[in-house]
Amino acid sequence: MESFQEIIFKLKAYWAERGCIIQEPYDVEVGAGTMCPETFLRVLGPRPYRVAYVQPSRRPADGRYGENPNRLYKHSQLQVILKPSPADVIEQYLGSLEAVGIDLRQHDIKFEEDNWEAPTLGAWGVGWQVMLDGLEITQFTYFQQCGGIDLDVVPAELTYGLERLTAFLQVKDSVYDIEWAPGFSYGDVRLQDELQFSVYNFEMAEVDTLWKLFDLHETEAARLLAAYPKYAEKARFPLLPAYDQVLKCSNLFNTLDARGAISVTERVGVIQRVRKLAVGVAQAWADQQGAAQ
Amino acid sequence: MSLPFLLEIGTEEIPDWMIPGALGSLHDQLEGLGIAAQMDATPRRLTARAEGLSERLPDTEERVMGPPRAANPKAVEGFARKLGVRPEDLAVESTGKGEYYAYLRKVAGRKMIDILAESLPGIILKIAFPKTMYWTGRGGPRFIRPIRWIVALLGSDVVLFELAGVQSGNETSGHRRLGSTRIPITIATYEQTLRDNFVILSAAARRQKIEEGIAALGVRLKPDPPLLETLVYLTEYPTPIMGEFDPQFLALPEEVLIIVMRHHQKYFSVEDESGHLAPRFVAVMNTNADPEGLVRRGNERVLRARFNDARFFWQADQRKKLADRVDDLAHVTFQAKLGSYLEKTDRVVALVKELGGGEHAQRAARLAKADLTTELVKEFTELQGVVGGLYARAQGEPDEVWEAVYDHYKPESMEDSIPRHTAGRLVSLADKLDTLRGCFRVGMAPTGSRDPFALRRAAQGVVKIIVEGGLSIPLLGLIGGDAQLIEFFEERVKFYFRDVRGFAYDEVNAAIAAGWSDLPELEARLLRLKTIRPSPDFEPLAASFKRITNILRQAGFTGGAFSPSLLEPGPESDLFDEINRAAGQPIESVIGALRPKVDLFFDKVLVNAPDPAVRANRLAMLHGLLEQFRTFADFSEIVTNS
Repeated sequence: MESFQEIIFKLKAYWAERGCIIQEPYDVEVGAGTMCPETFLRVLGPRPYRVAYVQPSRRPADGRYGENPNRLYKHSQLQVILKPSPADVIEQYLGSLEAVGIDLRQHDIKFEEDNWEAPTLGAWGVGWQVMLDGLEITQFTYFQQCGGIDLDVVPAELTYGLERLTAFLQVKDSVYDIEWAPGFSYGDVRLQDELQFSVYNFEMAEVDTLWKLFDLHETEAARLLAAYPKYAEKARFPLLPAYDQVLKCSNLFNTLDARGAISVTERVGVIQRVRKLAVGVAQAWADQQGAAQ
Repeated sequence: MSLPFLLEIGTEEIPDWMIPGALGSLHDQLEGLGIAAQMDATPRRLTARAEGLSERLPDTEERVMGPPRAANPKAVEGFARKLGVRPEDLAVESTGKGEYYAYLRKVAGRKMIDILAESLPGIILKIAFPKTMYWTGRGGPRFIRPIRWIVALLGSDVVLFELAGVQSGNETSGHRRLGSTRIPITIATYEQTLRDNFVILSAAARRQKIEEGIAALGVRLKPDPPLLETLVYLTEYPTPIMGEFDPQFLALPEEVLIIVMRHHQKYFSVEDESGHLAPRFVAVMNTNADPEGLVRRGNERVLRARFNDARFFWQADQRKKLADRVDDLAHVTFQAKLGSYLEKTDRVVALVKELGGGEHAQRAARLAKADLTTELVKEFTELQGVVGGLYARAQGEPDEVWEAVYDHYKPESMEDSIPRHTAGRLVSLADKLDTLRGCFRVGMAPTGSRDPFALRRAAQGVVKIIVEGGLSIPLLGLIGGDAQLIEFFEERVKFYFRDVRGFAYDEVNAAIAAGWSDLPELEARLLRLKTIRPSPDFEPLAASFKRITNILRQAGFTGGAFSPSLLEPGPESDLFDEINRAAGQPIESVIGALRPKVDLFFDKVLVNAPDPAVRANRLAMLHGLLEQFRTFADFSEIVTNS
């Protein structure tokens, strides 16, 4: 039986052999690996890129106090970006499943339509959810647009749900029972995170404070974006720090949402605010990269 | 020579529901080339096959006109030279403008393989899909999913072309895991080669394999033709397997279990002998076998997790009663311009009361939308209403109340039934009418194919409930004075009786012209109209009525006094007597006597009499005749042969 970390090692090794840079997780809270600059910004522009990284992904509303065997506040995604997408991308992907010990001749694999869209990022693509014996293990997306920009080169994005994949391989009904490393279960490592963040997100997060933080980060991002057009030395302009501010806003929005502090009517407006910033960074980034060439 | 043709577009997995439409689109385009193709598809290939293509098109002749006969010989020589012939070979033809040199040039018919090579790339890219993508880079070709190989054969020759970086050839690919890739084929071996590589090309054969596989499992399924269709186009080599789940989950409502199995897992539900849900399911794999039971156990575990989730939501939702959730609807937006669901609820309760709904109907209206705040509905939105009904039952609401909540989205289509009793019908009506009135008021009427709030379906539902529920409700009064909404409803009423109920369109127009506010009454008139239509007197009478309508219109008749003293004895008086006899009688019993009198009148009597008083009197009498049946139907709408 492969441990959680062994499975991660093997997937990283597999993609490293296929020319991917192996990155470490991004160190700002994100809701999905797509939001990391390694994906969101790197898919823009004409330059090829290949990268794989594990990204802990925070979704405050999905927290269940550690009581639900399948739902997590913070789960781990293996995010793979292949830009441009190779013609045998699906074969390569299936090979990665075999690399972690799944004999696909013994299993049922289906590609079911699932088009991905992230309104806060002005991003969308088409693709599938990959079903293994009825379990969704991967989201497979051909990016078409990011930050409201039609992409020059179409990347394939593979997002593996690592807890699910491991539970499948280890035949475990609860994510908390999977073996992270010999002698340590997932619950040993993560149960406290799940409980405490659920309590915070649902019960104790101070709504006024979160709104204040949201406004501060939004203001900072907007200030930088407003300065970009007039800035002379484009290449040294801090767009990456501006994007960090956007990510902060996005996570605060998710937390406020979980806290029940955003009404349905407000929701659309707040999504628009985050989207405006994300699109602004993407457009400035595309310009900055173009200027650097 | 006559040749067979094969085109296989090899792609990454195409969404199942788009495949039949794509085949139709490809088929129609090939027809434009004169190719009547047989179409087949799996998720990874769209295939067209045809027999009997000509190797080349027939030769044709083209007439090339040259200089006038009187032209300089040099010009004539030049013309001949351009055509590659001698001046003696030219003919002289007389035209309207005089005599000219001309030449009949033979044009060799083009080779079919060249025509195909030229046309197929464009045809493939024009296959209609609801959503397309690009993959070779911005500005590149668009298709539903990336094209990975193309087989194009005419006889034994490859039709050579390139599309999206893919060169056409004679190599196909089998099942992703069980088959080979890059397998050379001929047209004759194509289908069998695929079969040997675990691809069943024919959708009908895949459907049959699923059905036979299920039969072999020896279980009875809840019939689900749309799910079967999905699975047919989601697999290249379908094989059904049966799995089980813990019977303790049967404590959850069947509706919830079925939706989890169907929508989330694409499983068929299994019934026991008494028609109840059995703790089993049937999944359809896209592979040949599951000898170790790995696939079955995997699916069982996934389902267990899904059911656990559903149970978690079910139990969590019970902590707050439906009745206590109504106020929370203040925070759920119905529509930005139309306020919250709480406001909608208040309006619907009032409307149910106005429609004569009793205590139970009003209670149901109050509870109807409260399930929008539950976790289970957030998870399974397609179960809204149903979940509310189930919670209301669990929380001890009377049968009539919970059933009305449960049913209040019905009918969801024209095939669906209406709510089972009056309370549910009134809540459903009030909910839909409120949506329609509100949306039209704030300018959100559907335009063309855009109908984001499904207002057509809502109005259709209103019509169906009133008619099939036999509700005596003045629809026009409920619609209010909104002219646009009235027109919209009239169209829906027509659609319902014509397309759903199958009445002839002219009968529908005729009956509706006599009023449609009371729909059950309209239905009764339509049924009577349909019954008397075949009688030999009906159509001639209808034709006469149309004539009368025209006469009145041409005469600009706006009313006028009628005086029996101005009648001429004979056909005119006879008709008048007959009209009097018919007064107040149902049309069925007067039509036989009336028709000959009307015919005779038109035969013998000149309506446009020279004496204006007589003429006006005749017009008034004819108008009176029409008026007698005005509340039944406008017969001038009937399309007659005469």
